Amino acid sequence: MPEEMPVLSMKRITKVFPGVKALSAVDFRLFKGEVHAIMGQNGAGKSTLIKVLTGVHEQDSGEILLEGKPIRPDSPLAAQKLGISTVYQEINLCPNLSVAENIFAGRQPTRFGGIDWKEMTRRSEELLKRLNLVIDVTQILSSYSIAIQQLVAIARVLDISSKILILDEPTSSLDETEVEQLFKVIRFLRDEGLAIIFITHFLDQTYQISDRITVLKNGEFVGEFRTEMLPKLDLIAKMLGKELSEFSYAADNDQRKRAFAIAGKDAKNVLNVKDLGLRGSIAPFDLNLNEGEVLGLAGLLGSGRTEMARLIFGIDGANQGEIQVKGKKAAINSPRSAMMAGMGFCSEDRKSEGVFADLTVRENIILALQARNGVFKYITTRKQLEIADEMIKSLAIMTPSANNRASQLSGGNQQKVMLARWLATSPIILILDEPTRGIDVGAKLEIMELILNLSRQGMGVMFISSEFEEVVRCSSRIAVLKDKAKIAELNGEDMNESSIMRTIAGGN
Amino acid sequence: MTSWRSLSRTKIVWPLIALGALLLLNLFFTPHFFRLEIKQGHLYGNLIDILKNVAPIMLLSIGMTLVIATHGIDISVGSVVAVSAGAVAILIGGDLAGHPKYPIAVAMIAALLVCTAAGMWNGMLVSRVRMQPIIATLILFVAGRGIAMVFTNAMVIWLYAKPFAILGQGYVLGIPFSIYIVAFVLLLTFIFTRRTAVGMFIEAVGINPTAARFSGINAKNILFWVYTFSGLCAGISGLIVCSTVMSADGNNAGNLYELDAILAVVLGGTSLNGGKFYLFGSIVGALIIQTLTTSIYAIGIPADVSPVVKAFVVWAVCLMQSERFRTRIVRVFVRKGLSA
Repeated sequence: MPEEMPVLSMKRITKVFPGVKALSAVDFRLFKGEVHAIMGQNGAGKSTLIKVLTGVHEQDSGEILLEGKPIRPDSPLAAQKLGISTVYQEINLCPNLSVAENIFAGRQPTRFGGIDWKEMTRRSEELLKRLNLVIDVTQILSSYSIAIQQLVAIARVLDISSKILILDEPTSSLDETEVEQLFKVIRFLRDEGLAIIFITHFLDQTYQISDRITVLKNGEFVGEFRTEMLPKLDLIAKMLGKELSEFSYAADNDQRKRAFAIAGKDAKNVLNVKDLGLRGSIAPFDLNLNEGEVLGLAGLLGSGRTEMARLIFGIDGANQGEIQVKGKKAAINSPRSAMMAGMGFCSEDRKSEGVFADLTVRENIILALQARNGVFKYITTRKQLEIADEMIKSLAIMTPSANNRASQLSGGNQQKVMLARWLATSPIILILDEPTRGIDVGAKLEIMELILNLSRQGMGVMFISSEFEEVVRCSSRIAVLKDKAKIAELNGEDMNESSIMRTIAGGN
Repeated sequence: MTSWRSLSRTKIVWPLIALGALLLLNLFFTPHFFRLEIKQGHLYGNLIDILKNVAPIMLLSIGMTLVIATHGIDISVGSVVAVSAGAVAILIGGDLAGHPKYPIAVAMIAALLVCTAAGMWNGMLVSRVRMQPIIATLILFVAGRGIAMVFTNAMVIWLYAKPFAILGQGYVLGIPFSIYIVAFVLLLTFIFTRRTAVGMFIEAVGINPTAARFSGINAKNILFWVYTFSGLCAGISGLIVCSTVMSADGNNAGNLYELDAILAVVLGGTSLNGGKFYLFGSIVGALIIQTLTTSIYAIGIPADVSPVVKAFVVWAVCLMQSERFRTRIVRVFVRKGLSA
């Protein structure tokens, strides 16, 4: 098998975007009749690689060989003509057309100059039967579940004749039985000789379905492995770009001592979450947070960290469970109600969910407090300036003045402005989703120092970070998440990077 | 130099320059443009004409400014003007002797309530049903004229109740009464938005609705009340329109006013992308539009060419507001200066 020629080989692909090297000399091979998973953390270059392959982006250097011949698709359509088809996470079909019309849109069989509906229906049924799916193809697409729509999308690209099928996060909105149904189809297609690229954040699914794994990190090729030769733990280590032996076991000692101290005293509980869950987002979980504690949420990208935070802060409505703040049941159904209950939340997506670029730093800082006070209890401009200046000083926000626009600040300083917005409301619970992402090292350290300070003052902090090292350093307790569920809590001596990884790998 | 620079960055400057340029043009090309006469105790002249005619658009633009600041638009205001005119006309009644059917004050308040309800309808569609603003307000844009026709029984109603004429035809200290109404509404709106947190919340919702929601702002309520307020402004505007001509014509009252109102807001420096808004800018924008219209007539440009002239001026003013365009122009001039 290794001697066989790959159906696709991408060699030394490099792609530079202004300011970022998205891919640097990445190699990728794909063989007939295999399912090949591409794994990596945020910014690893997975989606850029796929976009180069499907003609969305053009590589700056490197070559793509399809069946030995160089290709250079310049649009997704061109790629599809070459036999490279993609089924995206958000299904790009027309929900208001029938299943058959969707499969044959743009290339309907004709008879006497009109559409041959009978033929279309017959061929659609035939195609779907190959995928083990028997449905009424004359019904409109949206009357079927997402899982079936996905299979229809696959049927469509298969009929256009495919050599390579790319499945981009196909399982993210499917339940377990639907995933199994999809996997059956994938295995069937693989056995028929199709080459399949599978992209997912679900670790277990990767092991269930893939034959080979390519790992990327920060736009660089880490390695290509046969799935059965790569233990989960090694995969995680490679995705994070570290060797197991490298891990420092030294968590913040002070923090750990305090954790014991907190646990020893009759710890004052500030947040108690019972059986909170949302179907399709995160499995029901219990969680509690004490005064002065930093609870780290550790997990890989897509493990459900953000979903957990969004559920607690009332952004997404839970469909089961309850939240207690300071021992009292809190009816949290919107960010506003969460704020009123004493919570604050900094989103991981600073740009689109956090900062108001065109408002001044002062306005950005004052917004949440003003929203809590209500429209008519106006905080005078002078008082606003006072609060803003105090925050700028205590968080060391680098801005010429409080009246500069937030868009003029660097990423790290914008992050601090978001923090300041919530600190101004003096919350009892602060949820920070990736506060250290996309900012320079100095700013990262400052933010972490801030988190520790806040917890020393008695605030309950939930800290989410992709960097396990950061989680270990800041946390007094760690909740581990995997595949959209909370799977464990780590305390004391167990709080180190390798035990987080072992927990995620599930003793493999 | 530095003070000029900081001044040029404040948004109000460019509309003011445009207005000044227009007036200056008239100074040279239109004889008697600035002449004011006193007839029957009132001031008369082109300038007064402009003020008298601009009031309805100014009122619409005040409401529209807030709507646009939330990254929305309200194209129903012209039709709501007709609704307001129709409602007040039918309640006052076309009695030739000038006896109103209901007290004039009652009729006016009732008309305003109807228009506020119309605004609430828009607000509900945008904030609760989450329709796109242009589609949501398109409904009343179409239906509003129908409602006005129902009120007036599809006829033009003429009014003879003298006191009602004050709104659109009266003068106080030589200045049209309607301008006082505008000033009052403007002042209240300014205080209400800038001396409370309302303005900041509106801007926050316009700039980043998700972040606004995450910061605990009740974005839905903000949207709802902004459209409601725009309906109320259109109602007041409709009363003045009706009073000016002492008649209500469901077909023509406020026809295409929504476009002028939107234009006034944009000329005033508020971006259609939402965010920072400039109430006084919109007022100047409305003045530019009206001055332009009056100038075109005064200069004697044929009526059928006037839209072209208007379009050209609007285009020029919009370009002037673009910082990118300005820096490019400056660069061209600097280069020429260097080579010369």
